[in-house]
Amino acid sequence: MKATADGPEQTTEQPSGERMVELYRIMVLSRYLDERVWLLNRQGKAAIAASAQGHEAAQVACIEATDPSKDHYLIYYRQFTAMIALKTEPEEMLRGFLAKADDPMSAARQFPLHGAHPRVDLFNFSNVIATQLPQAAGVALADKLRGSDAVTVVFFGDGASSQGDTHEAMNFAAIHRLPVVFFCENNRYAISVPLDKQMGIESIATRAASYGFPGVQVDGTDIVAVYEAMSAAVKRARAGQGPTLIEASVERLLPHTTDDDHTRYRSSEDIAYMSERDPIRIVSAMLRRRNLLTKSQDELIHASAKERVNVATDIVDAEPYPSVETMFDHTDFDPRGRS
Amino acid sequence: MAEQTVIESVRNTMQAEMRRDDSVIFLGEDIGARGGVFLASDGFVEEFGANRVIDTPLAESSICGVALGAAVNGMRPIAEIQFADFVWPAINQIIGEASKVRYGTYGVKNAPMTIRIPYGGGVRGGLYHSQSVEVLFAHTPGLSVVAPATPYDMKGLLASAIRSDDPVIVLEHKRTYRLVKGEVPSEDYTIPIGKAEIKRPGTDMTVVSYGLILHYALQAAALAENIGIDVEVLDLRTLRPIDADSIVESVSRTGKALIVQEDTPAVSISSEVSAIIGERCFFDLDGPITRLGPPDIPPMPFSPIQEAAFMPSSETIFQAITKLAEL
Repeated sequence: MKATADGPEQTTEQPSGERMVELYRIMVLSRYLDERVWLLNRQGKAAIAASAQGHEAAQVACIEATDPSKDHYLIYYRQFTAMIALKTEPEEMLRGFLAKADDPMSAARQFPLHGAHPRVDLFNFSNVIATQLPQAAGVALADKLRGSDAVTVVFFGDGASSQGDTHEAMNFAAIHRLPVVFFCENNRYAISVPLDKQMGIESIATRAASYGFPGVQVDGTDIVAVYEAMSAAVKRARAGQGPTLIEASVERLLPHTTDDDHTRYRSSEDIAYMSERDPIRIVSAMLRRRNLLTKSQDELIHASAKERVNVATDIVDAEPYPSVETMFDHTDFDPRGRS
Repeated sequence: MAEQTVIESVRNTMQAEMRRDDSVIFLGEDIGARGGVFLASDGFVEEFGANRVIDTPLAESSICGVALGAAVNGMRPIAEIQFADFVWPAINQIIGEASKVRYGTYGVKNAPMTIRIPYGGGVRGGLYHSQSVEVLFAHTPGLSVVAPATPYDMKGLLASAIRSDDPVIVLEHKRTYRLVKGEVPSEDYTIPIGKAEIKRPGTDMTVVSYGLILHYALQAAALAENIGIDVEVLDLRTLRPIDADSIVESVSRTGKALIVQEDTPAVSISSEVSAIIGERCFFDLDGPITRLGPPDIPPMPFSPIQEAAFMPSSETIFQAITKLAEL
């Protein structure tokens, strides 16, 4: 797939101009929320955060090609934008970061963005990299056995591509032609380890051929290219034709987490290069070129997002923490008696 | 009521549960046309089809990871690990993932899955077809672990496991598969997870055991009866949650406790049972809490002579009983 935003008209379906602006609005909201969480970390209020900055276009365009009313999403820890695209509220994510009682994902038992959402079928059981891939194959297997046309989307990074579970999952999904899309956000670093120390090949997507299904590498800053690749993969999965591996090339604009300092392992040239690939600026420029967005509309989108995050922060900051007693909920443990 | 072996009970119970509930599916290595290496699923693929009886690639992590994914999406998978010794690649999907689904999602998700694990030695299995793997699972909150020793208990506990809304590890001792026979009622029944059972009542001491060794303990108790020692034998049946109340009730009554197991004693089920007795029966004891197990070396030698010397036996249990009775 060689689609680009400014290329010739594609034969596949593209998001409408109106939808592209909406995707951009989600990206900007994600960016402000992401920045706020880092600020809350520096204020000592949020213990840990991993950023989606640089991944926004890939995530939002991926979700746009799916059907949240029936599809399943196995996310990982860098999924701010995907979660907003799936209509979770900024307050809900902030409750996770601030470990508040009403965190909908895990009631503050888990790291932020871990657990399961009660409204949308998005979940992220653990911090152990790549465990979600065999689980995604299992989720898709259940749909196939039931005759459902739901699709399972599983997100992972380049780091996860080294794990044995990734191989096992892709192999299993291929054997049973499962309706699953493996969506890899390749930001070129597994914490500090660069791609050339992670693999002897140039593109993770090329591995799909060895399992017997399509692998597609796309520019993850290009919402049209990602949407088209993802639409084709979802269509294929719904039609019972099996899995697809999509590798979206993105940049990790911030260190791995709030506890990391990427100047220890990234060169200044590399940092300058990635800054040129900020998807917010790229998508904004694309929309402006297509006359879908004016400067003043863009400014309004930014101002609204900032205000939305301010409101959410004030609400959640004032909310209570969970009581000690609730840590025993959903277990058989009786805190009054013997375990 | 018909006499069955343990493996027949496993097969009949899985078959009944798969007939009873279409969401029960079965995954594992060689379980299709081969019917499983122990024939636990003999005839299943013919009856239930390849959609529900899934021959997997040789990859234990994905057997359990796929089962977990299917479980959180409405299925009730049974995953078979061919030999317990091969479960280690899947440990992360079981202990790291499945055990924490309900807790880690604050009850939004749960994982109704059963993992059947043939385990244990005395079968000339050497270091990699003899292992006892119960301790890591029994240590893990969020898992249930059962180790039925008889065909009757296997049916009741395996049915409970499959119908459970959370993950259950079913440990099936390989040596009992064809060695142990017993009556199994044909009607539907379950045995609650977490309940031990007195397999032989007695007054002089309590022998606590489970799995294959339970049968050796019963033989040793019969030998002890000949010399006037009245031994109670308590079958734990479930290793998590362990039935502390039944242990305490029995040991408080008899005043002496011998815990016998095939697994390495260090940091094990017998350690836990000892702690329970120490905490709750201290003033009722009239002898030291005593443990009998294999030597602290990797389980277990392939050599038949060394394997026999490694395993607790009715003779070594009888000796331990007589020694404790004299104290």
